[in-house]
Amino acid sequence: MATKKFMFVNRKSPYGTVYALESLEVVLISAAFEQDVSLAFLDDGVYQITKGQNTDGIGQKNFSSTYKALGDYEIKKLYVEKESLEERGLTPDDLMDLVWEDEDDDWAEKPSIILVNRAEMADAMAEQEVTLSF
Amino acid sequence: MKFTIMINEGPYQHQSSDTALQFARAVLAQGHEIFRIFFYHDGVNNGTRLSVPPADDRLVQKEWSELSKEHDLDLVLCIAAAQRRGIMDEDEAKRQGLDANNIIEGFRISGLGQLIEGGIESDRTVVFGD
Repeated sequence: MATKKFMFVNRKSPYGTVYALESLEVVLISAAFEQDVSLAFLDDGVYQITKGQNTDGIGQKNFSSTYKALGDYEIKKLYVEKESLEERGLTPDDLMDLVWEDEDDDWAEKPSIILVNRAEMADAMAEQEVTLSF
Repeated sequence: MKFTIMINEGPYQHQSSDTALQFARAVLAQGHEIFRIFFYHDGVNNGTRLSVPPADDRLVQKEWSELSKEHDLDLVLCIAAAQRRGIMDEDEAKRQGLDANNIIEGFRISGLGQLIEGGIESDRTVVFGD
């Protein structure tokens, strides 16, 4: 089967609606199809990968650890929009430490998060062949 | 051109399913091909046959069902999303030990791989959502 450039665009916060959780399910399936996958986090979507999520008070599953497993599925391009962070008073330090292991470099851990500004995000989107927005 | 269409919202609450219907009709009218239409999130509610809107309103699910019959379309409900929301076909209802099914004719239930395959096989993938 052909390989295409897939981008999953995450625009909503992790809880409150089911979009983020169900989006991750599609992302993991796409990895099984060995596609060239990237993720984009913008608007409230940047909250999906913030550190220290705790869902004890709302009776819902905390699925934030799934993002840490993405590197193991060869998903290593997570574009995060700087403006969206700034608009919410967040900095890159508020985000989880998401990495992938480079087998060509003695399995060194490398960061998956790619900070981009709004114009660079548009460029990354323009390169895609299949863009699914959640 | 070959299209895959993804619908992420249910009927009535959001317009995206109505818009997708118009888009699908326009695609077919212009002689293009629809490889697959995939329903995800609350979009799986487009596949129930138990909706009863007021008599002067449209019945969105029936419009999908009829479009499917007319053009032999592949309408797929995501199984995980459908199970969460209680959309069942006969086999799935039996497997889950449920007392009823509610899927409307013209739809089938399958996995998310069908969406990814649609993206790979089609020239354009168009998402209708909130």
